[in-house]
Amino acid sequence: MGLKNKDLLGMKQLSAEEIMEILETAKTMKMVLTSGNKKTSHLQGKSVVTLFYENSTRTRLSFELASKYMGSASANISASGSSVSKGESLLDTVRTIDMMATDIVVMRHPQSGAPHFIAPYLNASVVNAGDGMNEHPTQALLDLFTMYERFDSFEGKNIAICGDLYHSRVVRSNTIGLTKLGAKVSVYGPRTMVPVGIEKMGARVASSVADAVKDADAVMGLRVQLERQHKSLFPSVAEYSSFYSITSDILALAKPEAFLMHPGPCNHGVELPTAVYDCDQSVINEQVTNGVAVRMAVLYMLMARRNSL
Amino acid sequence: MKILVTNCKVFNSDKTSLYIEDDKFVNPFEIDDTVVVKDMKGNMVFPGFVDLHCHLREPGFEYKETIKTGTMSAAKGGYTSVCSMPNTFPVCDNASVVHGIMKKAKEAGFCRVYPVGACSKGEAGKELSEMGLMKEAGIVAVTDDGKCIATAELLRKVMEYSSDFGLLVMDHCEDASLSDGSMNESDTSTSIGLRGIPSVAEDIIIARDIIMSEYLGIPIHICHVSTKNGVRMIREAKKRGVKVTTETCPHYFTLNDENCVNYDSNFKMYPPLRENEDVNAIIEGLADGTIDCIATDHAPHHEDEKTIEFALANNGIVGLETAFPLGYTYLVKTNRITLNQLIDAMVYNPSSILKLGRGSLEVGADADFTVMDLDNEFVFDKSKMLCKSKNTPYDGYKLFGKTILTVMGGRITYEELC
Repeated sequence: MGLKNKDLLGMKQLSAEEIMEILETAKTMKMVLTSGNKKTSHLQGKSVVTLFYENSTRTRLSFELASKYMGSASANISASGSSVSKGESLLDTVRTIDMMATDIVVMRHPQSGAPHFIAPYLNASVVNAGDGMNEHPTQALLDLFTMYERFDSFEGKNIAICGDLYHSRVVRSNTIGLTKLGAKVSVYGPRTMVPVGIEKMGARVASSVADAVKDADAVMGLRVQLERQHKSLFPSVAEYSSFYSITSDILALAKPEAFLMHPGPCNHGVELPTAVYDCDQSVINEQVTNGVAVRMAVLYMLMARRNSL
Repeated sequence: MKILVTNCKVFNSDKTSLYIEDDKFVNPFEIDDTVVVKDMKGNMVFPGFVDLHCHLREPGFEYKETIKTGTMSAAKGGYTSVCSMPNTFPVCDNASVVHGIMKKAKEAGFCRVYPVGACSKGEAGKELSEMGLMKEAGIVAVTDDGKCIATAELLRKVMEYSSDFGLLVMDHCEDASLSDGSMNESDTSTSIGLRGIPSVAEDIIIARDIIMSEYLGIPIHICHVSTKNGVRMIREAKKRGVKVTTETCPHYFTLNDENCVNYDSNFKMYPPLRENEDVNAIIEGLADGTIDCIATDHAPHHEDEKTIEFALANNGIVGLETAFPLGYTYLVKTNRITLNQLIDAMVYNPSSILKLGRGSLEVGADADFTVMDLDNEFVFDKSKMLCKSKNTPYDGYKLFGKTILTVMGGRITYEELC
């Protein structure tokens, strides 16, 4: 079956079948990843370029390692240290990358829609590694994969997502993906951080963090994006952690087998107390490993589509 | 020069031909071999359109548009009079800039250009501009368009001072503190992750302006209304006798915020495209006369300012060549308003609000008119536009109301070459 589109721009553009196929492929990739020999030849003779206009540890490194484990030539450029800092436009920058026979461009950009804007101009496949406040599809896919390792099916599962909803591309991509797979999403955050009409995306807006987490099968904290708070949306970290944090008491309201996720990086003591971050229910570190597996799956499937054309 | 326009229908008249000598309509003249005869093949003659809100970009932004290209575009759209907004560089906030604009417009000769002056120096929202001297030079109104009149205190002073010179204040209604976004705030902006500008950013200023106008007893003109609550408040204010007038633009009755989902910056404007219910309210406002005028807010931007990330792109679209066909196709042909109402909104009301004295097709009047083909559908092709920048979302639209001929002051300013 494979992927329908040349690019992976968002969960909006993926069908439920495509999502499930990516998750199944990621299972295989995780086996490769956790075996002694990580080298495969799936991307042999191919090239992957990561272009990051924002800082990143997990996403960028996992894409780079994923492409290298599968044998591709890979290169990384960031806005600082490239001609972007000389004022080169986004379109000229990505066309330059495209003209070096690049197969896949992985891009993170602070502006929503930046990958959607460039994709039609490029021969290369574009993978959205986070665009502004819009989407972060491979984060959602790794979150879904982490859940899929623990659920047989997403149908009817309750997922709580709490924190800075307004600025979060993670909540958008997860809500879209989870809803497509039949899960129920409850969201909660300070009212100043709840975007207008988020319920139209399929999420229920809860009345408190306790209401969101109650009977959840999985609980996800979101980072308070201090770098995007160019206006004061909450009075202080002390106030935030008092009313909006996922504490151990709150987490106890979820189902006993529920687990705790966080896309990272985490502001310890803000969205989660450190003790909760490290608790038995936390799968935050495993999410990082799964990120590599899912990105291997995505790169593999996009390349398979290119090879078949 | 003598022109005989023959075989035409004349809007709201039984006449089938028009006689023009020099710059006026005249009684039938002797046909001699100097007469230029224009056979209109049954198409309809309208008084030349009047746009009370466009951006010609000169001086300062000639790479986007010049007075010449902008007025050529206006003529192609059936306009014979346009009001140019003052957010040029330098800002049109003094008489010498006004003189310069009028001189260039006269040299170009495609359209009457009535400059609108800035109401604050440099459109900085602080000190009053030299409205009296600008009035002597030729401005017809004042505005800080592109920006809202910054504070209620400045609004009061501007309204009071401009009233000494009979100059109407036109306000771009957007509360800047709520306008940190690139599209309308709704479930659509949330879904595609763009910062939203809520409709209340516009409504709050419309309310402020109506309250101030009512308090001072001085008229106010609300620019490019786009929201349902804006229309409602203006309707209620008019009923109470407040001297408020308003305009909307074709994009606010033909497009909505869902058009932004592909991040095409040709759908990015300020105020932003709103929701369906707003679009319906705008059409109702035009139908019941709450909205007096259809203006273009013609806002040319260079390709390099539009072919970029959505949030970074400039606001605005060009509109002089699409206003009539959009109004005719989306409002008249759908029976939402009558043809008379469309011409009221595009000619008589803007002319009367700014006291321009335009719109007559009678003998003795300035020969300003346009001829439109209302019967044949055409495909709008942006590459054929005469304006310098091509930032329009309407490329490929099938429309009715193609311009056949435009004459301004007895001079042919546009002619369709069939």
